[in-house]
Amino acid sequence: MPEQPNIEKPTFQEIVFKLKQYWSDRGCIIQEPFDVEVGAGTMCPETFLRVLGREPYRTAYVQPSRRPADGRYGDNPNRLYKHMQLQVILKPTPVDVIEQYMGSLEAIGIDLRQHDLKLEEDNWESPTLGAWGVGWQVMLDGLEITQFTYFQQCGGIDLELVPAEITYGLERLTAFLQGVDSVYDIEWTRGVKYRDVRYNDELQYSVYNFELADVPTLWKLFDIHETEAKRLLALYAVSTEQARFPLLATYDHVLKCSNLFNTLDARGAISVTERVGVIGRVRKLAVGVAEAWTSQRNPAPVEHTPVEEQAA
Amino acid sequence: MNLLLEIGAEEIPDWMLAGALEYLGAAVGDLLKQHQLGGSAIRTDATPRRLVVRAKELAARQDDSSERIWGPGKFAPAAALDGFAKKQGIEREQLELVSDGKVEKYTTLRTIAGRPASEILAEALPQLILKTPFPKTMYWTGKGGDRFIRPIRWVVALLDDQVIPFTVAGVTSGNESSGHRRLGAARIPVTCLTYEPALRANYVMLSADERKAKIRAVPTKYKCDNELLSTLVNLTEWPTPITGSFDPAFLDLPKEVLITVMRFHQKYFPVETADGALAPQFVAVTNTDGDPDGLIVRGNERVLRARFNDARFFWDTDQKRKLSERIKDLGNVTFQAKLGTYLEKADRMDQLVIALLVYAAKPGEAVTANDIREAKGRYAFGPDSPEFYAVRASRLSKTDLTTELVKEFTELQGIVGGLYARVQGEAEEVATAIYDHYKPVSMEDAIPRTLTGRLVAIADKLDTLRGCFRVGLIPSGSKDPFALRRAAQGIVKILAEGKLRLPIQSLCEGDSQLEEFMAERVRYYFRDIRGYKYDEVNAVMASGWNDLLDVEERLAAVREIRPTENFEPLAASFKRIRNILKQAQFEGGSFLNTGTSLQEKLLERGAETELYLAFKAAQVACRLLPDHLSRLDSISSLRPKVDVFFEKTMVNAEDPAIRQNRLTLLHMMLAEFSQIADFSEIITGTVNTKNQETK
Repeated sequence: MPEQPNIEKPTFQEIVFKLKQYWSDRGCIIQEPFDVEVGAGTMCPETFLRVLGREPYRTAYVQPSRRPADGRYGDNPNRLYKHMQLQVILKPTPVDVIEQYMGSLEAIGIDLRQHDLKLEEDNWESPTLGAWGVGWQVMLDGLEITQFTYFQQCGGIDLELVPAEITYGLERLTAFLQGVDSVYDIEWTRGVKYRDVRYNDELQYSVYNFELADVPTLWKLFDIHETEAKRLLALYAVSTEQARFPLLATYDHVLKCSNLFNTLDARGAISVTERVGVIGRVRKLAVGVAEAWTSQRNPAPVEHTPVEEQAA
Repeated sequence: MNLLLEIGAEEIPDWMLAGALEYLGAAVGDLLKQHQLGGSAIRTDATPRRLVVRAKELAARQDDSSERIWGPGKFAPAAALDGFAKKQGIEREQLELVSDGKVEKYTTLRTIAGRPASEILAEALPQLILKTPFPKTMYWTGKGGDRFIRPIRWVVALLDDQVIPFTVAGVTSGNESSGHRRLGAARIPVTCLTYEPALRANYVMLSADERKAKIRAVPTKYKCDNELLSTLVNLTEWPTPITGSFDPAFLDLPKEVLITVMRFHQKYFPVETADGALAPQFVAVTNTDGDPDGLIVRGNERVLRARFNDARFFWDTDQKRKLSERIKDLGNVTFQAKLGTYLEKADRMDQLVIALLVYAAKPGEAVTANDIREAKGRYAFGPDSPEFYAVRASRLSKTDLTTELVKEFTELQGIVGGLYARVQGEAEEVATAIYDHYKPVSMEDAIPRTLTGRLVAIADKLDTLRGCFRVGLIPSGSKDPFALRRAAQGIVKILAEGKLRLPIQSLCEGDSQLEEFMAERVRYYFRDIRGYKYDEVNAVMASGWNDLLDVEERLAAVREIRPTENFEPLAASFKRIRNILKQAQFEGGSFLNTGTSLQEKLLERGAETELYLAFKAAQVACRLLPDHLSRLDSISSLRPKVDVFFEKTMVNAEDPAIRQNRLTLLHMMLAEFSQIADFSEIITGTVNTKNQETK
């Protein structure tokens, strides 16, 4: 069968639109990308904080995800400093979650009857977030197109309601649908290639991350954000107005630390002995925010001390 | 009646199916047995989405049984009898008087109606299902909910066509199964009889053997690999193999890289040409019923092309810096948190390789720190000697950990280093040693091909072992995260099969835990891999195991002499001697503290003197004879003298000096002949027990 002419294949942005529409139709809040740099959609508060606690929640959003060490100056056809994830959180997980997911593939034009789909074991763990889950990588004709994870723990806390996290790798999925070998050849919209939109980011951030980032400055920034996050967490602990305490702002600083850590790592600036320690520092902050967030949403019942005892 | 239990789950990891089935088959069997429900032909099957247990010929209900209820004794007052009878719901006259083995009591037989199989199964199956052992379970219905490997989505539980009603993890059992995710119906009503055909009609091939046969039936000739085959069987419900191809230009890349990408990353079978070379083709196994338009083949080909392009990109990038320039980068790669970086490990390995070279140069002799220091100067800076190559290979062995290719394909560590060393102009000897130094990766794997490779492999494994034991990372039970057993086993295999006379025990640096750990691996190797009897291994190792070649020679000799008529009885006598000495608390010295040398004048004429003379002769013979077997032969010939001695002579003589002298004689014999093996470790059957009783 001849390849279909390119014009009929969905563009990058059409795939995004269709997936958003699909999940919107299934009760998801469609969020816009989070505005602090992150390594994965999981780190956004829409996932990291919303999966905590007993409130059901459904959301979907595209998240540009920065992985400084994966940058290749725009030279490698499959590896990117910043790639786009479409992140879906379904909390709690509906029983037909996999059928719903398969429906989303049909929605972007994949006739599953004609393709090979496998769910292969792939468990997920993030030491910096104190989070882990079990799940699969979804393989379509031999290509990993999605990470599917049942979260079990986040910020060191066992989750009350188990959410399903569905993370689509948008570049890969589009390259697959458009039948191109390089992400840079993806049609972003008619007549505009991924290269036209993103090549400069890849080149310039690779130069920065691998060559020009000033290590002492990055460390200084890391310390500043860590100190601020710590200061805020300490304030929260003694705050008399916990309900309005800015934990979201606190979490921004944790994310800054995480990205700075990744940049320092790409720069080769983190020695072995430091590495585990620095991950531990970020995790401590993440766990601190997760615990505070949980207590903020579900304040511990106030213990009433009988009046007589108070007098005594 | 027939039983059908199908646990429908979301995709279960392929490698866990076998263990789950083993448990479920046994657990259902036990359950039927325990409740006397009959049942035969228990059969288990699995696909990624279902665990299935079936059995035939179950009883619909248990047989009725009876239980004797004991009441008051024979002489109890009538009122007590009435009370007992009333409680049992019968008249006093219906009570029997029966002896309970001691006294006569009033009693009655109560009939217990057998329960229906369905009721018993409904009660037991939920817990039975949830107890399926999996390496890592999850909860999904909420915190504190039931755990399983992946969410359970349906359960079929039937006796013939009747549902066994229960609920497990929020799922109610029923008679509806589910077909292939894309090709079959989501809900399929089944009975025990229609189950398998109904699944087949919905693109689920229940039998793993059948799936395997379908995968094997591809026309392309590929090199079958049972591990991958089993993975693919367990990843598919309706497998269909397809053949794809790739640009032959990629064949420029080393075949190790191509095979790893296909085999481990894409789960493809590599294809070979008629002359055994790699063909630009692969076989992928899909979970579907065909690929009429070639869409799936094209998709897989594109993925493989991208992977190969990546590999080429990494290969080219890596060539920009030679391995020798990467040594200092190892300072950025952790070996183990408490043991520092790979740079530190490489330094220690260098030292070890030099020490091994020195040991190898003078087998059986002590090696001092000074010897090693001196040798280091000689070896490390050339010329191109075997020693130089060994140190060079050790120096470079871990540098491939800093390459892009190994970061991407970690399973190629060592191999990539070897390939790079070759293209970067290192000596062939060095390249081969680096390539091989992780070998053997299992007991079936070959040891490194060259002496240099063997030395580097031993140094690597030994350093890991010493380091981990030093900081307390010692394997316990099934926990062995650093694969230390494999490392130790590898050393044993290399020494024994590479015929290296290196002092394995001395290399443990006096760490008694490591020594014991290593000894256990040596024991395992000779027993389970080489087939020596465990008592032979114990006997020989009790006489030392520092030199494994010597251990093997002694083992071979013991195995050969063992069936001869004198050997086992003599071994029994040695056990007796050992016990006598132990009882006398004779430990090489003297219980009277009168000196240790034997005084010939105190020997009694007859049996004792004859034994002594025979012993002296055998002792001389042992020194002169060239091999262990003839030495053992000479020792065995002492047996009649030993027997007569024990028959005629009282070791515990009244005169303490004589007694001391006799113990000394026995001790001398034991010490002399224990150089080959501690014969008292040999299990000798009946003769042995008798001697122990009369000691």
